Amino acid sequence: MRRWLNKWPLFRQLTGSDRLGLGSAVQSGRSRQMRARTENAEKVAKSICPYCAVGCGQRIFVSNGTITQIEGDSDSPISRGRLCPKGSASKQLVTSPTRERWVRYRRPYATDWEYLPLDTAMDMIADRVIETRERTWQKTDEAGAPVQRTEGIASLGGAALDNEENYLMKKLYTALGAVQIENQARI
Amino acid sequence: MAEAHPVGFQWVVEAKRRGARIVHIDPRFTRTSALAHEFMSVRAGTDIALLGGLINYVLTHERDFRDYVTAYTNAGAILREEFADTEDLDGLFSGFDPDTGSYDVASWAYENVPDVSPAVGKERWVEPTNRGPSVGGRRDDEAATVEQFGSGGATVGGKPKVDPTLQHPRCVYQVLKRHFARYTPAAVAEICGVDIEQFLDVARAITENSGRERTTAWVYSVGWTQHTVGAQNIRSASILQLLLGNIGRPGGGILALRGHASIQGSTDVPTLFNLLPGYLPMPDAHRHPDIDSYVRADEGRIGFWGNIRAYAVSLLKAYWGDHATAANDFRYDHLPRLTGDHGTYQTVRDQLAGRGKGYFLAGENPAVGSANGKLQRLGMANLEWLVVRDMRLIESATFWKDGPEIDTGELDTERIGTEVFFLPAASHAEKDGTFTNTQRLLQWHEKAVEPPEEARSDLWFYYHLGRIIREKLADSTDPRDLPVQELTWSYPTEGPHAEPSAQAVLAEMSGFGPDGPLSGYPQLRADGSTSSGCWIYCGVYADGHNQAANRQPYSEQSWVAPGWAWAWPDNRRILYNRASADPQGRPWSERKRYLWWDEEQRRWAGPDRPDFEAEKPPDFQPEPNATAQDGLAGDEPFIMQADGKGWLFAPAGLLDGPLPTHYEPVESPVPNSLYGQQENPIFRPYQHAGNRYHPIDSDVYPYVFTTYRLTEHHTAGGMSRMLPYLSELQPEFFCEVSPALARERGLRHLGWATIVSARSAIEARVMVTDRIRPLRVRGRVVHQVGLPYHWGTNGLSIGDAANDLLPIALEPNVDIQESKAATCDIRPGRRPRGRALPELVRTYRRRAGIERSDS
Repeated sequence: MRRWLNKWPLFRQLTGSDRLGLGSAVQSGRSRQMRARTENAEKVAKSICPYCAVGCGQRIFVSNGTITQIEGDSDSPISRGRLCPKGSASKQLVTSPTRERWVRYRRPYATDWEYLPLDTAMDMIADRVIETRERTWQKTDEAGAPVQRTEGIASLGGAALDNEENYLMKKLYTALGAVQIENQARI
Repeated sequence: MAEAHPVGFQWVVEAKRRGARIVHIDPRFTRTSALAHEFMSVRAGTDIALLGGLINYVLTHERDFRDYVTAYTNAGAILREEFADTEDLDGLFSGFDPDTGSYDVASWAYENVPDVSPAVGKERWVEPTNRGPSVGGRRDDEAATVEQFGSGGATVGGKPKVDPTLQHPRCVYQVLKRHFARYTPAAVAEICGVDIEQFLDVARAITENSGRERTTAWVYSVGWTQHTVGAQNIRSASILQLLLGNIGRPGGGILALRGHASIQGSTDVPTLFNLLPGYLPMPDAHRHPDIDSYVRADEGRIGFWGNIRAYAVSLLKAYWGDHATAANDFRYDHLPRLTGDHGTYQTVRDQLAGRGKGYFLAGENPAVGSANGKLQRLGMANLEWLVVRDMRLIESATFWKDGPEIDTGELDTERIGTEVFFLPAASHAEKDGTFTNTQRLLQWHEKAVEPPEEARSDLWFYYHLGRIIREKLADSTDPRDLPVQELTWSYPTEGPHAEPSAQAVLAEMSGFGPDGPLSGYPQLRADGSTSSGCWIYCGVYADGHNQAANRQPYSEQSWVAPGWAWAWPDNRRILYNRASADPQGRPWSERKRYLWWDEEQRRWAGPDRPDFEAEKPPDFQPEPNATAQDGLAGDEPFIMQADGKGWLFAPAGLLDGPLPTHYEPVESPVPNSLYGQQENPIFRPYQHAGNRYHPIDSDVYPYVFTTYRLTEHHTAGGMSRMLPYLSELQPEFFCEVSPALARERGLRHLGWATIVSARSAIEARVMVTDRIRPLRVRGRVVHQVGLPYHWGTNGLSIGDAANDLLPIALEPNVDIQESKAATCDIRPGRRPRGRALPELVRTYRRRAGIERSDS
């Protein structure tokens, strides 16, 4: 009789140790066999949420070279394991099919995209920078003061850029003499 | 805060559980209000009036923390006789020049202290805007910005004469009292639309919760900054917090909640036109022809900013390595020079005029995220080439194909000559690097997997772009190319895509000396023996160890958690924490104990690193001519300031006044109640036919609107509207209106509304809700419309872009746009399609009398 009753989750909840019904009381034969997909992760990368600036800790679980789960890092003194709806959706940010994986190129006046290999695109962009810079170079301003710059090339960066990325951007642009270098941080 | 920074808000809830009182001040009721003890609904754009009212309350009732105020602020400093306040000049300060629309700031300086702040750029009179006689003349786009002063702020020529009794009629404390006297509870109620009793209740709450035993914190976001008085909003909070003794102490502060993972980092290691890393200014073509003139205003001044030459030389060494020597000014001449404003809205102006040829967008979507989206898109349609790096096809990548102007016929795909490169970007999970969060914490994130297919990190993109350009220019003999050829650009690469090592870049930012990695910025030298790519980050790679990757669990360390990541500068968690102790070095109270002088160890002790010289005793007095940190006494906590004090009154550094003053937003439903001067007299207008401003108190655009975020979406939507989960949670663009406004305009809940400004008209689903309350302002009802600004035409959840309604009107100090308060009309139904849309907008402009024949 008791064995029969024990198959009933509510009975187990009321009589066993799991009074809140969050663990063993509500498990079935099938769910007992189930394993979290994080359990067999071959790697857990320590990361930080890419959305707002609170800087919640994330753990990224990887199996067979793909990301299987992203969840809050319970060690973080900032977030103590929590993530908001956006942070909780960050696996989808990384893995969803809406993501672009290939270079796209639109010729002047064209009505649609075409494909361009990445190396070709890089080479063309480098040529554009060099040519535009040369054509728009300002040695001095109207008053004759040296300015050694170009106002023909501008840049606007998002504020989910890493510090290291921002550093190389500013360093390269500055060496090129491009001064219209801006970021979401102004906006 | 609960909406846009939900996980940060857990600490507010934690504080509430421990008995803290939570007050929420906002134009709309949110999840934050729901958990606060008190919600005060205010009119958008009236924060200085509200904060000024609180300052006035503190001063009138003498509720300031007097021991703190006399010891640590410039309350006793004597000002010059020539100084005239807004009380004397009906809303202007002394020094205003109506011909240039700018201030000569000399009269704002301390008495008997030379005024050494550098002159701002040459300014020119411009035509008044289209709006009519109430708008004065203003500066054009040639003006310098205050951020060119760098992180030390503008300098003052030394320590002022002080009246410690605060009785001198020209001392800051007395000036402050007079300046804020008219910010009475009744005035606050009339301007902000708040209830007098509720306001007084809040005033009592913050004063009772400040002093020796208690501290009050203020938390803000872009609701304070995105105004033509943005910097002065923050100044208002600084004055209030300094008066109450809430700076540098645990539980105090003015806490900016920044909205992007590394927006703090993007300011510290700036991709901003006017700054070099560590808040060093970009050189100005006329004021800074050589390195001596570049550092002249600051070198040798009192405070840590007096070491500016060491910081600048170390940066030049990081950039140009062995090529940078004392003999060639450390290649200072390799730096390009500024001649005024080169900011993002100036970029758009240049694009519209055909001067801007190429444009890089790296994870940014100005077609949706910037004010007046149409001008952004028209600018991009006028480029020669555009590079967009993003994870998804954002609107800024596809405007030429399906932007709103294609539908209205204002643009034609086959006539847009812009060549567009879209390069897929790596996500945070696919790269190493650091984000700097809102509390200055550099947190390292590890790469989990390689990015897919042709997606690459921005580190990869910029490193390899630089490498290719350098290869192509290697044989050039043009002196123009020397800065590129001599640039230090050899980072180790790794993995299948030759990804540059982010750790190597971080180490370069941190810096090296003759003995290897540096441990902190006090080691930096001006003789070229040290390098550091960002002096405030110096030490993040101390001992050759990546300190940003430190991950001591919070449960295994003190509540300050110094073993988790690394805070700039020097892993200090609370800035100015010397102020948490009294002048003698004792905690102000046991309850608020944080840092104290340990007489036995002869050093500062506490759970945090001192934001002060660790072994400088409280009774230290500087030699008469000492400079930099040696000029600071042992009881002067504000170590970046030339007088070591917290500034209640800013004797230099701001272009629009030494004290905050209530001005109405550029677009306002009412005249200024306090002064004849309507708006910030030196706000920066943006003259363009597509950027007309509304008349004040206009019955064509009678309602106030403000923009904001939702929990489930992120900024311009590129990281949220494209995700199924988040699009499902918050599927559609909507506007929030009160039941009263819905009745007035015939708006139906869940129906459609069209919102119209002089810039554009957009449509949104209607949410009729008590969360937005009609306000009583100057004796009449003012309605506000709330608009989340996340939407655009691409992605899974689509809608019109709220920012298309906004004008570009810029704050004069930092060039931020006024995007949190403007006016509009709202009407039932969907907006017209095609050419009928710009026609509707024109019809409104004609009715308002702001349509010109030339547009």
